[in-house]
Amino acid sequence: METSPPLLICEHCDTVYRRRELGCGEVARCVRCAAVLDRYHRLGPGAMFALVVTAMVVFIQANIWPIVTLGFNGQLISTTLWGMIVMMWHQDAQVVAVLTAATLFFFPMCKMMLLGWVLFFARNGKRAPGFRWAMVTLYRVGPWTMSEVFVLGALVAIVKAHTYFDVIPDPGIFAYGALTLLITIFAGIDTRRLWDATEEQSA
Amino acid sequence: MSDVLPRASELGVIGCHVCGLVCKDIGVDGAHCPRCHSALHYRKAASYSRTWALLIAAFVLYIPANVLPIMRTVSLGDVDDNTILSGVVELWVKGSPDLAIIVFTASIMVPMLKFFALVTLLWSSHRSSTWARQQRSKLYRLVELIGYWSMLDVFVVALLTALVQFGLLSRVEPLPGVIFFGLTVVLTMFASMSFDPRLIWDGRESDDR
Repeated sequence: METSPPLLICEHCDTVYRRRELGCGEVARCVRCAAVLDRYHRLGPGAMFALVVTAMVVFIQANIWPIVTLGFNGQLISTTLWGMIVMMWHQDAQVVAVLTAATLFFFPMCKMMLLGWVLFFARNGKRAPGFRWAMVTLYRVGPWTMSEVFVLGALVAIVKAHTYFDVIPDPGIFAYGALTLLITIFAGIDTRRLWDATEEQSA
Repeated sequence: MSDVLPRASELGVIGCHVCGLVCKDIGVDGAHCPRCHSALHYRKAASYSRTWALLIAAFVLYIPANVLPIMRTVSLGDVDDNTILSGVVELWVKGSPDLAIIVFTASIMVPMLKFFALVTLLWSSHRSSTWARQQRSKLYRLVELIGYWSMLDVFVVALLTALVQFGLLSRVEPLPGVIFFGLTVVLTMFASMSFDPRLIWDGRESDDR
């Protein structure tokens, strides 16, 4: 099997284009189906690596600190993400516990670690050990990270609880807010270009 | 027609789903991308039947997800069960119409839109319809983009359950509805992933817009 040089296929309608370098701020769209084919990337692997490391630090904060505290009749109750997962497990909603753990903890963590690993080497134009596996896993895990949905969910829960209880926001919710911002920046980045940005080694 | 916009299938090449590499179609089943070693398909395997199956399964689960209560609030022996819809109504009545609209959109509008959109896409593509192809492509991308926001209600219930644990005074418990709802969201996500948007453009007629 051979590979042909600089072609680009629209994933959404199978139209073939010749690839060309995009200038600052340019976005290439498919003429047939209007899907985004390629966009100019302002951030190089080094900047992306820095962002991933930031996201990891924030992610750790978001997971170790309580998210919110409720006060009622002098009693205070707070919870972390894991407190929530364990509680769902014990309340006979194991399915929900597993879904929550996967989409809010394991998949985001896996995504950040793999991206960090791949980018760390990509800064020097190298392919990380296990590059191929990491890239394929990133592709599979991609749609299953839901931290930003959780932030909105936490907001709704706070408003619902606010009617009956005193609500005290904890550092965890702010960390989640920051994480959402970082995720939004990442959403515009096409990791596929790392395939072209890195040199294949004989290994 | 196709001189202007050639399609991969006409040129005998396949785009790898995973890494985007353009590969020559050697006409062998089970070919793999030379760069990322993922299986190469001309179109996603059994796209119609898989998507239909997942969509029907999701719809079957969507019924108990809406009919059964998702959350129980117990305060001083007073038991109050909420379904998804009654939760939205409660938010509205208690003075947060903006959040009520968000939850209504995420939990009711988005799943309904997904069912409706995917059925439309499956049916029209199967008939090789040339009707509004570009709009249908956009509809598919919209479904992909907003699909996972439906998990919102599941997280709300989970967080409230973990927080509202004041013994006899006040307590929140998850009820089976939320499990069905979570599974519905996962299944609809799988359904939209297994649909191949290129099928929209695979017609018998010309490829002109």
